[in-house]
Amino acid sequence: MSDPDSVGRGQEKVVGIVLVSHSRAVAESVAELATGLAGGGAVVPLAPAGGTEDGGLGTSAELICGAARSVDRGAGVAVLADLGSAVLTVKALLAEGDELPDGARLVDAPFVEGAVAAVVTASAGADLDAVEAAAVEAYTYRKV
Amino acid sequence: MLDADFFRRWLTAATAAVDREAARLTELDSPIGDADHGSNLQRGFVAVSAVLEKEAPATPGGVLTLAGRQLISTVGGASGPLYGTLLRRTGKALGDAPEVSEAELAAALRTGVDAVMTLGGAAPGDKTMIDALVPAVDALGTSFDAAATAAEQGALATTPMQARKGRASYLGERSIGHQDPGATSSALLIGALAEAARDE
Repeated sequence: MSDPDSVGRGQEKVVGIVLVSHSRAVAESVAELATGLAGGGAVVPLAPAGGTEDGGLGTSAELICGAARSVDRGAGVAVLADLGSAVLTVKALLAEGDELPDGARLVDAPFVEGAVAAVVTASAGADLDAVEAAAVEAYTYRKV
Repeated sequence: MLDADFFRRWLTAATAAVDREAARLTELDSPIGDADHGSNLQRGFVAVSAVLEKEAPATPGGVLTLAGRQLISTVGGASGPLYGTLLRRTGKALGDAPEVSEAELAAALRTGVDAVMTLGGAAPGDKTMIDALVPAVDALGTSFDAAATAAEQGALATTPMQARKGRASYLGERSIGHQDPGATSSALLIGALAEAARDE
């Protein structure tokens, strides 16, 4: 847990978010959607890591590591992933220990809804645990 | 005893086998996967061979951890983190000994296979690479050739199974009747190990 005094004030310590999809277009579009819906809160460092490095469908460990480093402000990084190899690659990188920034974690959440919840929560100055909880909670919202 | 050179020969033989069989792996991956298993693994193992030539680690553990890291970063599909984890965990279990016994390799490989099962959440019978790797590790106590045969039989035995993991699981009963591409490439990897041992 971060120091409560810093929450909502020292925005330089805001949680970073990485969106890992098999498709570059999906990752970028979900990032755009989540940012758009976050409204007037603080600007959340958010990076899409979609597809392979040459733009094909798949997962790139390099893109994920680069994205995570680019959004790290010292308050942790929430990583959301869509399917199969995206999830497995993030887990394997976390198991490596030194590939992703300290405090990076894979968040178990639906991709689109979880991304929106995570970005909105982070933009309100919440810490990593709260961002994760909001993203995970998106699973419980039934549509029918 | 097995030295770093043995492990480099194993991965060189694996690269050659994946290269030779890439089209067949992709063909197996077309009805139940996304038709890229052969090309993905080919890209990964070519990168493994290239980095081993450049860096040439001096220990068995060093060779395998470097190769695993390379697979994770270059494959692009689920087989990257899975095979990468297999080699890395096996390499880490071997530590920094300059030479290891066959029994030490068998034990380390079991650690690696266990790590793959944890990462992917798959168990024997789920129609995955585990169905070739588990029998191979079990047979490794007998001989490298026995392990290769067990892996091959394990891969063949995936044909009547229904997939319970990965993209193929979405197909339900339609996954039955197709040999699993991941189990097939695992059999190639263990076959390459037996090949490296014959060259001793």
